[in-house]
Amino acid sequence: MKRFIPETRAVNVVKRFTCDELAELLTAYLEDALDQPSRDGVRAHLSCCEGCGRYFDQFRTTIKVLGDQPPEKLSAPVRDRLMSAFRNRNRHHHDPDRRS
Amino acid sequence: MSQRSTGGGAIVGSFEGGGLPPDDIVVGALRDGDEAMFAALLDTWSRGMLRVARSYVSTDHSAEEVVQDTWLAVIDGIDAFEGRASVKTWVFRILVNTAKKRGVRESRTLPWSAFERDGDVFADLGAAAQGARVDGASGWPTPEGEALAAEVRVLIAEALGRLPPRQRVVITLRDVEGCTSDEVCEILEISAANQRVLLHRARTAVRGWLADYYESVKQPE
Ligand SMILES: [Zn+2]
Repeated sequence: MKRFIPETRAVNVVKRFTCDELAELLTAYLEDALDQPSRDGVRAHLSCCEGCGRYFDQFRTTIKVLGDQPPEKLSAPVRDRLMSAFRNRNRHHHDPDRRS
Repeated sequence: MSQRSTGGGAIVGSFEGGGLPPDDIVVGALRDGDEAMFAALLDTWSRGMLRVARSYVSTDHSAEEVVQDTWLAVIDGIDAFEGRASVKTWVFRILVNTAKKRGVRESRTLPWSAFERDGDVFADLGAAAQGARVDGASGWPTPEGEALAAEVRVLIAEALGRLPPRQRVVITLRDVEGCTSDEVCEILEISAANQRVLLHRARTAVRGWLADYYESVKQPE
């Protein structure tokens, strides 16, 4: 209804968070699970608080580093055993004496 | 990422290089005894399955047995698979149930239980997270050097091992294996809010440990 005037404080439009509150919201923020006022509040806080900005960067770096774990696989004997179990299932499956 | 709101649409996008076809094709191929398809699933999902299993059991050997038993159950159950969840969700649910049972059995026979450690880790986490937030004024070095990156990988693996099991399994599925939050909620049968809380606590703890590490390797200026 009202036109937005830059000098007016946007009451109830942008939530204000303390640094501790902000830290608790980062995953929800990254998951896009916050409502509009909270999301704007997080953005506003991050844009003017150097400490939380850095914390947020570290948080995101942590997520990135987590995705960089070396690949691992089943040992060859287990993999072979499973492949032959699958093969055997198939053999039983097409065995006319065995109803499934 | 997924174009489909139901079924196995997310399956393809969730794992890097996961060029798996849609669920109906996967299921059809398995029922027809298509070995290449079974091998593709084995090689795409076993990695994540091993990591998830390790959240519940105490040794690499147990984890591998859990994964093996899961695949045997999948082989037995594929004809009865109803397609109410995606194939991936179905497989990972079998995995989690198998791993939980095994974990409970182990906790009865071992002098300690991974599940009893939840308490201390929280105390730990408080100190790490708070300390790092208070005096963590410095930025982190970019892990350019291979040596540093390798050390960080080891640290992350250890960090995962220190997390309480529920946090560990969520962060493993989400951040290590790249599952979507919908997939994780379905696999673990938890709410989105619960998933987010567990994920957030886990990330906060790991960030704290990483901060401690970077602090310890920082070059004096
Ligand atoms: Zn702040």
